[in-house]
Amino acid sequence: MSILTGFFAVLYSLAGIVLFGGLAYKIWVFFKTPAPLKIPTTPAPITRAGVAFRLAREVTVFESLFKSNKWLWLFGWMFHLGLFLVLLRHLRYVTEPVWNWVVLIQPFGKYASILMVIGLLGLLTRRLVVDRVKYISAPSDYLMLLLLLGIGMSGMLMTFVATPDIVQLKRFLLGVMMFQWEDFPASAILTIHMLLVALLMIIFPFSKLLHAPGVFFSPTRSQVDNPREKRHVVSWALKLESGDKR
Amino acid sequence: MADFEVPTIKEDIIVPHINPGVMEGEGPFVARPEHQEALGFPGELVDNWQEAAVAKMGEMLKKYRSLKVFMDSCVKCGACTDKCHYFIGTADPKNMPVGRQDLFRKVYRRYFTIGGKLFPKLVGAEDFTEEVLNDWYNYFHQCSECRRCSVYCPYGIDTAEITMAAREIMASIGKGMKYSNEIIGKVFKIGNNLGLPEPALADTLEGLEEEVEDDTGVAVKYPLDQKGAEILLVTPSADFFAEPHVDGLIGYGKVFHEAGVSWTLSSKASEAANFGLFIGSYENMRRVALRIREAAIDLGVKRLIFGECGHAWRVAYSFLNTLAGPFDFLDQRYPVPQHILEFTLGELKKGTLNIDKSQNDDMTLTFHDSCNVARASRIGPTPGSQFETPRAVIKAVCNNFVDMRPDTIKEGTFCCGGGGGLLTDDLMEVRVKGALPRMTALKEVVEEEGVTHMAAICAICKSQFSKVLPYYGFGMDQIVSVHQLVSNALILKGSEQESEQAEAGA
Repeated sequence: MSILTGFFAVLYSLAGIVLFGGLAYKIWVFFKTPAPLKIPTTPAPITRAGVAFRLAREVTVFESLFKSNKWLWLFGWMFHLGLFLVLLRHLRYVTEPVWNWVVLIQPFGKYASILMVIGLLGLLTRRLVVDRVKYISAPSDYLMLLLLLGIGMSGMLMTFVATPDIVQLKRFLLGVMMFQWEDFPASAILTIHMLLVALLMIIFPFSKLLHAPGVFFSPTRSQVDNPREKRHVVSWALKLESGDKR
Repeated sequence: MADFEVPTIKEDIIVPHINPGVMEGEGPFVARPEHQEALGFPGELVDNWQEAAVAKMGEMLKKYRSLKVFMDSCVKCGACTDKCHYFIGTADPKNMPVGRQDLFRKVYRRYFTIGGKLFPKLVGAEDFTEEVLNDWYNYFHQCSECRRCSVYCPYGIDTAEITMAAREIMASIGKGMKYSNEIIGKVFKIGNNLGLPEPALADTLEGLEEEVEDDTGVAVKYPLDQKGAEILLVTPSADFFAEPHVDGLIGYGKVFHEAGVSWTLSSKASEAANFGLFIGSYENMRRVALRIREAAIDLGVKRLIFGECGHAWRVAYSFLNTLAGPFDFLDQRYPVPQHILEFTLGELKKGTLNIDKSQNDDMTLTFHDSCNVARASRIGPTPGSQFETPRAVIKAVCNNFVDMRPDTIKEGTFCCGGGGGLLTDDLMEVRVKGALPRMTALKEVVEEEGVTHMAAICAICKSQFSKVLPYYGFGMDQIVSVHQLVSNALILKGSEQESEQAEAGA
């Protein structure tokens, strides 16, 4: 077993723990933090089902972003849709046997990478060119885009140009998950790709990438507009009432 | 007229190139110790203010999911950057919603995130220095908490929530704002924002009764503290004498009179406004709201109706039940609380009001959706009724109505420029510049559709517009109350106007 195998096995074990543990913790924090007041941005749905539909529109077609700016929407949506399909396609590397629908979407997943990279390039250009967006960009905002571009482009190289030993990679990944290490199929491009992905996994729970779970907990989108019909009080606010004569 | 450059109205609402620092300044007058202490805040900036501010921030992050989620979720996509009227009017990038949020977020990142603790430069994190505090004080008082940015944010991040949190933190370390805090103090002490005591109120209402009787020959009552009345009307105190507000109040009284319901105002709750919202203080907002509950109980009313006021309606509609509920002692057949427009539309539909639309034929109206009504409430049973109900009432009492362009009304409405506790003379520059997008849309319909007047249902909008319209070449009387239009067109039973109508008909 090579040093590279050991390195990646440890790295991915750690990255997996950080990603899933970190996300679970963050979601738990969002969940347990109370929302003392009803603040849905209206017009808002007046039923739970309506709210579910509103959130579904936000995460599938980016409704609010569409209202805001069509170019930004286009690039953002291309990137996310591309990433989503690419991720689904990658399920084949960590499941055995591979599910039928994953096999079916394989060609879409391959070409979705183009969508993803074009979207990212659009977002990066916008960040550099629009003075308002440039003003609000910190170094980490650029680096995040570059990281994703690096992942997307190294992945595309392997998909369309220099295919690595993908069968061995799958053995390796399944091995990490089962704690039975298998050899990592060393290739420069795969090594870079895997390094960048691990980095992304590790920073995800500590970065703005938290917007992914955040949207479900955003009170302006996730609350039902029924304050007159149903009294909404959280526990810390209820404590204030103990001194009242009611 | 002004010691600053008044923007010129262009063909279109133009998104400016950024001009960093152009709105730097001291901010509004700082609250004096007595204003602060009346609200339970320290009188002046405490010695360990930095430590205290960070501790308060930590506490608020645990109490407000909005704040926590909004701090973590922003990806700096820029969707909000061209949506704020203060940015459009000033070009200062710290008036872009995300620019404003980042004043808060950079401090949050520095003290509450791993990235900001380890690599502050990389992630844009900063210590809470005096310079940052000064920026906070200045720029968090250039936000009217109008929520327009929250409509366009893909995560629904509402800058209003962040502005409120920042103001609460500043007040809690001794740097509150004079205008809002002084007013809240008046509400606690006297009962309303303007500090009108009960005798002055009674006198004013008596004057209105005389005025209406002179005008129509009908003795319409404007009762105060009448126990056992069916309805308690809570309305902004500006309605008692400011123009065009008072014409709206006259209208409410006429509608109640024609509907044949008994109603009363309260000297204890002689104010619908709740500036506790503006300063982000749950405790103060609650204390202000409880007066209304107490007044309703004391007077033994069955229904609660609010007059025309934007943020007051937000607090009433969205928060009153939370802050001062449950209102199980009121008649549950009606919404608690109810908006005066819901009541008036109901009467119009029932046909109890004799309307002569031609009384408003000297005007062509447009309608300014007030931000808090548009983006934080309903005025009716369905989502969007906050847009439909006022328009339905206006159209029922006026022949000539046109809307302004679609991206400036309804959920996309632009703030008047004076909301969120900014309606003070020491913020005149911000107020005038912030009104630019609305003025642009208004000018369009004035020139193309012959609009003569703009109607509103918010006391702050009305005051702000009567002050700001002249800066842009309009007349200060071009802003009207919706119930003023109702009042104009409503022919009272037994009035001189009714006899004239009968004669004309015969």
